[in-house]
Amino acid sequence: MTSSEKLTRWIVTAPPTVFLLVFFLAPALIVVAAAFREPGEFGGLAPWSGLSLEAYRFLATDVIYVEILLRSFAIALLTTLACIVIAYPLAWLIARSPKKRRDLLVLLVILPFASNFLVRIYAWIMLLGPLGLLYTPTAVIAGMVYVHLPFMVLPLYTNLEKHDPALLEAAQDLGATAWTRFWRITFPLSLPGLFSGSALVFIPVLGMFAVPELLGGTGDILIGNLIKEQFLDNRDWPLGSALSIVLTIAVLLLAGLASWGARRGLHGTEAVS
Amino acid sequence: MALLEIRNITRRFGNLEAVKNVSLSIEAGEFFTLLGPSGCGKTTILRMVAGFDAPDEGDILLDGASLAGVPPERRPLHTVFQSYALFPHMTVAGNVAFPLEMADKSRDEIRRRVAETLALVHLEDKANSFPHELSGGQKQRVALARGLVAKPRLLLLDEPLGALDAKLRQEMQVELIALQREVGITFVFVTHAQQEALALSHRIAVMRQGRVEQLDEPDRLYTQPANRFVADFIGKINLIDVEVVAASKLLLTLKAAGLGEIAAIDPRPIQPGERGALALRPELIRIFGKREAADLKNRFEGRVKELLYVGDVTLYKIELANGFVLEALMANAAPGRAKFHEVGDPVAVGWRHDAGVLLRD
Repeated sequence: MTSSEKLTRWIVTAPPTVFLLVFFLAPALIVVAAAFREPGEFGGLAPWSGLSLEAYRFLATDVIYVEILLRSFAIALLTTLACIVIAYPLAWLIARSPKKRRDLLVLLVILPFASNFLVRIYAWIMLLGPLGLLYTPTAVIAGMVYVHLPFMVLPLYTNLEKHDPALLEAAQDLGATAWTRFWRITFPLSLPGLFSGSALVFIPVLGMFAVPELLGGTGDILIGNLIKEQFLDNRDWPLGSALSIVLTIAVLLLAGLASWGARRGLHGTEAVS
Repeated sequence: MALLEIRNITRRFGNLEAVKNVSLSIEAGEFFTLLGPSGCGKTTILRMVAGFDAPDEGDILLDGASLAGVPPERRPLHTVFQSYALFPHMTVAGNVAFPLEMADKSRDEIRRRVAETLALVHLEDKANSFPHELSGGQKQRVALARGLVAKPRLLLLDEPLGALDAKLRQEMQVELIALQREVGITFVFVTHAQQEALALSHRIAVMRQGRVEQLDEPDRLYTQPANRFVADFIGKINLIDVEVVAASKLLLTLKAAGLGEIAAIDPRPIQPGERGALALRPELIRIFGKREAADLKNRFEGRVKELLYVGDVTLYKIELANGFVLEALMANAAPGRAKFHEVGDPVAVGWRHDAGVLLRD
């Protein structure tokens, strides 16, 4: 590499690197540090008085936090599964429709993003109220699915759209019925799309607090709400930070596990995805 | 009874008639080729036999039973696709096992037959590789193995060698012939490469614009083309426009404008005044020095306009008195000599009276 190429590379990569360092890494480190401090009297952090494990001790001694964390994971899992069930046929249909119509259909999928998130959730309140479902876990999951569906549809569609139709013809030619063609060809080849869609739904759902707050009942509090409460209502920043860190570690573990499983189970699919 | 019988099939796409009233009958054990330029309808016929498309008119019968309404997955014939269409998420062994799994064969039988078939195409050591780890030629072999493993009644091959480079292509041609002989499965092969068709096939149907122009064995197609299209499409050929001057059973006298009389033969009765083209293969034309005597009835003088030296042979383009450019091929068979004539040399060309074929208009 010549020195001018090196310089160009620095100039191109410097702004995003600086941005990530200042606005991504620094806040994350602040959160990590905050979890080891004492809460200030009126929010914020108390003056430095040595490393404190108080927040973590508090988390470990109250079983309610584990319960809420598990409930959050359950809701995230259910939301992800529901999104898969709804998004898969949708993405498949879009990928199969004539090329000219596909862009329009994709646009329709992302159209809800054009209006304000809160306004849309309030619309759900008006919808669920008369049905008697408001402030129930069902309402929370329904809202979560509604908000995150496009994040499942898009990666799935991007994957399915790239499938070579000749593969299905070959399978059919070699004796596979429609059902077998789906399970032996289409589905395994769509797993990378399914995994990225699931990550894009599962992880944000875990941290989401607006939907359970607006659509859920008092018992439907999730870890996202809990974290928000520590910062905005209880003014216990260290506890909020510790909760965030626990959540982050749990998500990272899960993501690592998923990608490890995906690599083991999907060897060979890189060629198409 | 023929193994595959195609009866008067016609296929239309909108206003376009892709296949026009084609009838073919293919015998068991045959290596049959559909040859023609792109858009001639050969692939459409293949897709109708495979079941991915259906004729608008006519019928296709396998072992005497109509295939109409039988979906592709229930037809006892398999296809080798031009793109190979190997399943990217399955190993080589997984790909080859697929048709056997679809036929609900036992695990032991699947393992045995996959191993046998991979040995047949010399890929034993690639059983656990994935398609993206293979070279083009290896992918081609996997596609063949997958098509053959379940011993279909018929194997359809859609330009299977099209994606390979020239050298590999020739190697695969030799292997394909040996493979077909060994497994004894009937092959229906589609290609636009005439040399490939000549080299591989027992019989060839030459197609143009949805019709079969000629159906014959390779050597007959080459030496006795039925019309200008076939003559021109198969190999190199000189087509000289002629008119019949005199005709007897043993000798035909033709006249070419600006060139004079040409002696030829034609076993079929013909009348003076009829027109046509005399088709002459370049390798049947001899080139002499201008002063060299030759006891050939057909001898014309000309001049070397261009030559193309390709090693084993040299292709000469010789301009005759009437401006017609005749192509003649000379084997460079004399030791130490690569070329016999240079550009601009005055030469004479000649051919035996039975060298040409008269194609009537």
